[in-house]
Amino acid sequence: MALFWVPLITTIGSLISSRAAKLSRNETAAVTLIAPLIALAVCLYHAPAVFNGETVYDHIQWLDVLGIHLSFRLDGLSLLFTLLILGIGCLVIFYARYYLSAKDSLPKLYAYLLLFMTAMLGIVMSNNTIQLWFFWELTSISSFLLISYWSDKAEARKGALMALSITGAGGLALLAGLLILGNIVGSYQLDVILASGDMIKQSQWYELTLVLILLGAFTKSAQFPFHFWLPHAMAAPTPVSAYLHSATMVKAGIFLLARFYPALAGTEIWFLIVSLTGLTTLLIGAYVALFKHDLKGLLAYSTISHLGLITLLLGLDTELATVAAIFHIINHATFKASLFMATGIIDHETGTRDMRKLNGMWKFMPFTATLAMVSAASMAGVPLLNGFLSKEMFFAETLHAQLLGSMSWLIPVLATAAGAFSVAYSARFIHDVFFNGDPVDLPKQPHEAPRYMRVPIEILVAICILVGMFPNLIVDSILDVASSAVLTGATPVFEIALWHGFNLPLLMSALAVAGGVVIYSLRKHLFQFQATLPALEGRYMFEQGLDVVLSWCQKRISQFENGSLQRYTIVLIATVLFFAGAPLFDMQKLVGGNQPHPIDMFNAVGTGLLIAGAVATVIWHRHRMIALIMISIVGLMVSVAFTRFSAPDLALTQLSVEVVTVVLLMLALFFLPQKTPKESSSIRVLRDLMISTGCGVVVGSICYALVTRPLDSISQFFVENAKTGGGGTNVVNVILVDFRGFDTLGEITVLGIAALGIYKLLNNLPLFMPSTDSEGRKWAREKYPLLLATISQTLLPLALLVSAFIFIRGHNLPGGGFIAGLVTATAIILQYIAHGSNWINDRLLFNYRKIIASGVMIAFICGAGSFLFDKPFLTSWFDYFDIPLVGKTELASAMIFDLGVYVTVVGATMMILASLGKLTANDEAKSETKTIGAK
Amino acid sequence: MELLYSVCVGVLVGCGVFLILRARSFPIVLGLTMLSYAVNLFLFASGRLTINKAAILSGSEQYADPLPQALVLTAIVIGFAMTAFSVILAIRARADLGNDYVNQLAQANNKTGVRK
Repeated sequence: MALFWVPLITTIGSLISSRAAKLSRNETAAVTLIAPLIALAVCLYHAPAVFNGETVYDHIQWLDVLGIHLSFRLDGLSLLFTLLILGIGCLVIFYARYYLSAKDSLPKLYAYLLLFMTAMLGIVMSNNTIQLWFFWELTSISSFLLISYWSDKAEARKGALMALSITGAGGLALLAGLLILGNIVGSYQLDVILASGDMIKQSQWYELTLVLILLGAFTKSAQFPFHFWLPHAMAAPTPVSAYLHSATMVKAGIFLLARFYPALAGTEIWFLIVSLTGLTTLLIGAYVALFKHDLKGLLAYSTISHLGLITLLLGLDTELATVAAIFHIINHATFKASLFMATGIIDHETGTRDMRKLNGMWKFMPFTATLAMVSAASMAGVPLLNGFLSKEMFFAETLHAQLLGSMSWLIPVLATAAGAFSVAYSARFIHDVFFNGDPVDLPKQPHEAPRYMRVPIEILVAICILVGMFPNLIVDSILDVASSAVLTGATPVFEIALWHGFNLPLLMSALAVAGGVVIYSLRKHLFQFQATLPALEGRYMFEQGLDVVLSWCQKRISQFENGSLQRYTIVLIATVLFFAGAPLFDMQKLVGGNQPHPIDMFNAVGTGLLIAGAVATVIWHRHRMIALIMISIVGLMVSVAFTRFSAPDLALTQLSVEVVTVVLLMLALFFLPQKTPKESSSIRVLRDLMISTGCGVVVGSICYALVTRPLDSISQFFVENAKTGGGGTNVVNVILVDFRGFDTLGEITVLGIAALGIYKLLNNLPLFMPSTDSEGRKWAREKYPLLLATISQTLLPLALLVSAFIFIRGHNLPGGGFIAGLVTATAIILQYIAHGSNWINDRLLFNYRKIIASGVMIAFICGAGSFLFDKPFLTSWFDYFDIPLVGKTELASAMIFDLGVYVTVVGATMMILASLGKLTANDEAKSETKTIGAK
Repeated sequence: MELLYSVCVGVLVGCGVFLILRARSFPIVLGLTMLSYAVNLFLFASGRLTINKAAILSGSEQYADPLPQALVLTAIVIGFAMTAFSVILAIRARADLGNDYVNQLAQANNKTGVRK
């Protein structure tokens, strides 16, 4: 099975688990286990090849232009991590079945856990860095869901938010780093990047890239100073802590360091940043862990400390340090996961995790106690356990460190000190919990955990012991391939052995153990001293920082977004003005090379009228009726201009739209105040005048520059093919219904949607109607003048005939669906005006919504019809027929399309105007009934 | 002629923008209408100005550029729909808020949250 199945299967598993609400708890756990087990089988199937030193690839080409592909790889490092993720994942799933109480939803936890598992598998198996980043962010999101599993608890929500903010921010830094990295190398494929280490290190962007990627890794792996989110993430259920916060997710950062080791490591700056960060984290984690009274708090800081240790190892300039780092990843995952699970049992059975209350548990739960003690001993680095081996290697490697020059001796000394603290907190874990007198008022009577709840811990502890006693047998080969993946080929000769003779590392171990015992025995004094220190918690700094940022943003937002639409408009227009106007100053000459047309009388008069109309509209804009009349002059002149400049279709359209618009605006004025009060201050008017003049000048200049320059148009194609390909001589119409028919289909759809929106807006409108006009005069009693009614009725058939004529000839002469539709609509509107909408509604039983829908459907079906002939959407067809009485006539499928346009335009226009007009009719009916009632 | 045409476009844009910056809804609708005239004329001009060469095939060699015309034709109709939508919005706002002051709308939303 191909590699991509591994994350796919766990995704499917996640979906299945989330639907498992009806199953019993055992069944749910069993169903959930299927997916990871299959995924594990797939990995194991590929394992032999990996052990042979090969890298298994699985590549699906996807977005070639962007360099993003679905690409997976399985090499030694990936294999090690997939085994950890899937292996410990299975144990955690098994354990969680016993851990969660009956009222907690098991499917929810399992679905999230498997989602997280998918994300982790995706990270470790990605061969494309963008894909890797995607899965990286998915771990942040799924861990957010898992930490906030008990979403009714405030601390769970806060902890989840903190983890998400910090790892999410780190994820963004990582994305930036990966993008730069991809730009340096010219590919986002990991194998290409890993092979271009020298090129990357010589790039001028290397330092920036390194820092960005390290930010991603350090936030995820809780390195100082980002470590504080991890203790707060302990609000998660303990199986989640065992899985995410010890074995896998926090190791993702470490994985990233190891993964990019061939590409980024080997420079001074890498060693300096990575090792110093690791060293600081190691010391702080180990020190703080001792003072945590909460068991999980202790384990959290211990985890931080161990992550620091691994980071430090990756920052040491020796190959064996890298081997030791990988070895410690395995060991830490095993002993820490088992410790978390043991803590879960203690919490589960006693109801508390406070070490000041938990004492003498040995008597109540001897089995769990034994297991926990073995794991804790491994954490402390006691011989015969795996923790000892890697810690010993760690000590040995610190001795080789050259990092701090003549002060390099500090590193082994500090490492030993950290080791001592780690022994001390391990001793505290064992002694305080299982011995040290009797328990102090526990919430529950403690007893041994269910038999099967201990099974996962037993397995992990067994691994601890087996690895500790027979390291070569068990971990040698996986360690070998994993290290060679990190070090690209050059496998260092290493020998893990229990006994290297009396040497310095052994002395350091002995010192650490002795020091740890001393520290632990002096703990009372240390606790007192620690209590006098001011509490310096990352959480407070984080929350304060968050508050500062949020309030700053809030202030800036309220400065811009003050609720004044006028202000938004002016900002927007001024911005446009600036960006559109600035390039004009770079132009050499405004006027282009075209020979201008001479100015004749006709044009001069037209221009004068247009300008006069526009200016008059502005001057009288507070007298709305006059302004409306003035603007209609402008509209009329625009259509005259279209006539003048060889655009008869546009002129017809503009003319008919003009009529409809004026009717609409007149109708609207009925519902709006007739006059605008004078309220803009002079300074504001001046400002607006300046801005609008600026806009006019800029747009006018651009327009002038445009029209005086030669044109290189694609329209020649349309002109040449209109007759032969589209079967019409009116090129504009052929473009609309044929060449660009898809656009037109979109446009009539928009038109229909706008009409429906208007229909909806006018629903349940609280009416606001004046009884007099602005001068205080009553409305005319004669609402429907007889003359208008008579003439309009006579005109209707003529108008319909004209629109039919315009429609039919549209393909060859000016006309077409749009214009014909508007003419028809105008004719019907005239009836409304002349007779009132009640009169019309009794006679015209149209549902305009259905008309709009059928218009769009006609156009769409006409377009889809070409599928029947195996042609692409909207392919048109035409032919000539000899029709009796009419003569030789051309019939084109585009005409059906145009019919759709026609119907939609009629429907939409009528819907807009009739809906608005109907409002007045309703009121008439009301007022009439009122007067009748009054009589 | 080109100069006069461009002056017209500029004047329409200027008047339109000035009306858009008013505080009441109806002048803004007028401004939008005016601006859409200007935009249509501007787009139309991208095919250059030609006289007596309508793009109706008739054996002659030269035609006005039909492509901007086709685009402007639909733009006119859509422009109508937009004008209609904004004017109905203005009516609705006036009916709900009792006046036609555009800034009122945002303030009402700020105070009471989005209307149900």
